[in-house]
Amino acid sequence: MSEAKITPMATREAAPAPEAAATPRDLPPFSLSAYLTCFSGIVGREGLRFLHQRERFVSALVRPLLWLFIFAAGFRQVLGVSIVTPYKTYILYEVYITPGLIGMILLFNGMQSSLSMVYDRETGTMKTLLVSPLPRWFLLVSKLAAGVAVGVLQVYVFLAIAWFWEVRPDWPGYLYVLPAMILAGLMLGSLGMLLSSLVQQLENFAGIMNFVIFPMYFASSALYPLWRVQESSPLLYTICLFNPFTHAVELVRFALYQQFNLQAFLVVVGCTVAFLGAAILAYDPARGVIARKKQS
Amino acid sequence: MDVFSDGWVGETDKEKTPTKPTMSGDGRRIDLSEARALVPALAVDGVSHSYGSRKALDDVSFTVPQGSFTALLGPNGAGKSTLFSLVTRLFNTRHGEIRILGYPLQGRPTEALRRLGVVFQARTLDLDLSIRQNLTYHAALHGMKRGDADKRIGEILAGSELAERLGEKARNLSGGQLRRIEIVRAFMHRPRLILLDEPTTGLDIRSRAEIVAEVRRLVRDEAVSVLWATHLIDEIDASDRVVVLHHGKVLAEGAVSDVTEAENAQSIREAFSRLTGLARPSEAAETETVL
Repeated sequence: MSEAKITPMATREAAPAPEAAATPRDLPPFSLSAYLTCFSGIVGREGLRFLHQRERFVSALVRPLLWLFIFAAGFRQVLGVSIVTPYKTYILYEVYITPGLIGMILLFNGMQSSLSMVYDRETGTMKTLLVSPLPRWFLLVSKLAAGVAVGVLQVYVFLAIAWFWEVRPDWPGYLYVLPAMILAGLMLGSLGMLLSSLVQQLENFAGIMNFVIFPMYFASSALYPLWRVQESSPLLYTICLFNPFTHAVELVRFALYQQFNLQAFLVVVGCTVAFLGAAILAYDPARGVIARKKQS
Repeated sequence: MDVFSDGWVGETDKEKTPTKPTMSGDGRRIDLSEARALVPALAVDGVSHSYGSRKALDDVSFTVPQGSFTALLGPNGAGKSTLFSLVTRLFNTRHGEIRILGYPLQGRPTEALRRLGVVFQARTLDLDLSIRQNLTYHAALHGMKRGDADKRIGEILAGSELAERLGEKARNLSGGQLRRIEIVRAFMHRPRLILLDEPTTGLDIRSRAEIVAEVRRLVRDEAVSVLWATHLIDEIDASDRVVVLHHGKVLAEGAVSDVTEAENAQSIREAFSRLTGLARPSEAAETETVL
C-alpha cells in the first residue's frame, strides 16, 4: 500500500504561506437585529412544536389540575394551614398549594425542554442549532427563553381554570407574578438544560424523573408550609431549605400576593446563574462535558 | 444575483475594490484581490483526533481551494464524519488548526461558521415543521430576516417542483426530497464553503444522480467551494479534486488526474485501491458503485 502523500504542484502553489494569506474582507458583525431574528426564530420554532404537541399542553395542565381538584380537596381537612406570610388570613389548602402547582408546571416544563434537547440531539436536529455562527451561549439562552415562554403560557391557563376553583388572588397579583415565574422558569429550565448535557440517551431520562423531579417537588414548600415540615422532621426541613425549588415556589407565592421575598429572589437568581453557566460550559465544544464525553 | 455578498470580490465588485499591494510568501508583490483568491476555502492543518485510545484522525492536512469541488474519498470508518464534526465545531479541535476562508475556527468561530453551509450525513430536518418553516428556521439561526429568507427560498427553488410543496410537513417528503431540502437549506445563508457528508447515503440510484446534479448546479450558480465526503467513486467527476482519507490519514490530495497519474493507475478507482489496499484493482474495477 502506498503511503506517499500526493500533493501536486498546482495545489502547493494555491496554498499560500499563512503570513502571505490575506484574510477576506470582513462582513459587518452581526447586528442587534440579527440576534433578535435568531431569537425569534428559536422561540417561534418552540412555539410551533408546542402547538403541534397538543397532548403535551393538555398533560401539562391535567397534572396540576388533578392535584388541585382531587388532592387538595381531599387534604383540605387533614392539612390545616395557619396564617403564614404572605397570606393575611386563614386560607384554603387549594390556595396554599397553587404556587406549588405553578412551580410544578414550570419544573415539568423545564424538564420537558431538556428532554426535547436530548431528543433533538438523538435525531440530529440539535446540530442545526449548534452550527449556527451566533455565540453558543446566545443560542442556549434563546432556547431556554423559548421554553420559559411556553411554561408561562401554561401557568396562565392553569390560573384561569383555578380562578373558577376559588383560587383568586387580587388582579395585580397576576401581573406581579409574571417576573417571578420567568425567573423561576429560567432557573428550572437551566437545570434541565444542564441535565440534558449529562444525559446521553433518551432512555436514561426516566432517571431524571426519579432522582430530580420528584425529590425536588416533594422536599419543598410546594405542598406544606415549612414550619409543618420542621415539626415532623428537622432534617427534611433543612433539605427543603437547601432545595432551590422551595425558593422558586416562595418567590412565586409572594409575587402572586404582590409581595417580594428577597431571600427567595437571591437564591433563585444565584441558582439560575450557576445552572445556566454550567449548562453553557457543558455545551461548549472546547470545555464542555459533551466534548469530553465524545473525545474520551 | 450577487453571489459574493459576503464581501468577497465578485464579478460586479471587482472594479470597485481597492487593490492594495501585499506580499506573497516568496516576496512577490501581489494585489489584494489576488491574495484573497489564494486563501483556501478550507485549510486543515495537522489535525488529529482520538476517541479514547483509538485515533480517528492522525495529523490530517489538506486544503479546499476556492471554487473547487473536492471529494473527500474514504471507506466507512476512515474518519470523514469526525473531520466534519471538527470543521463544524461540534467537536473541539485539540490538535492542529482549521481555517475557513482564512478565519481560524478556534479563534474566530463566528466568522468561520457564517461562511459555512453543512449537510450532515444523518437527517437534521424537523419532520414536524413544514419545509418553509425548516428553511426559515435555519435562516433565522444565521440572522436572516423572514423577508430575506423568503426571497432566498424563491431564488434557490425557482423552477423546482419542491417550490410547490413548501407548506407541506417535512415528514411527507421522500428521502431524496428531504435530502434536497437539506442541500437547499445549506445554501440559504449564502455560504462560501459547503460541506456535504455522504449526502446520497441510503438513496436510490436515480435520487443519487439527481442530488449530485443538483449540488453541481448550485455550486456552479452560486460559485461556492465544496467538500463532498463520499465512499462512492462514481460521484467523482474527472474535473474534481480529491482527498483520499484512510484510517484517519490523508493518503493523497490533488486533481483526480494527478492522483491517478501519480499512482500509475487507469482510473481514480484503481488509484484508490492501490492507495488503500482495500481491494485489488481488478476487484475494485468490478465493483459497480460502492467501494
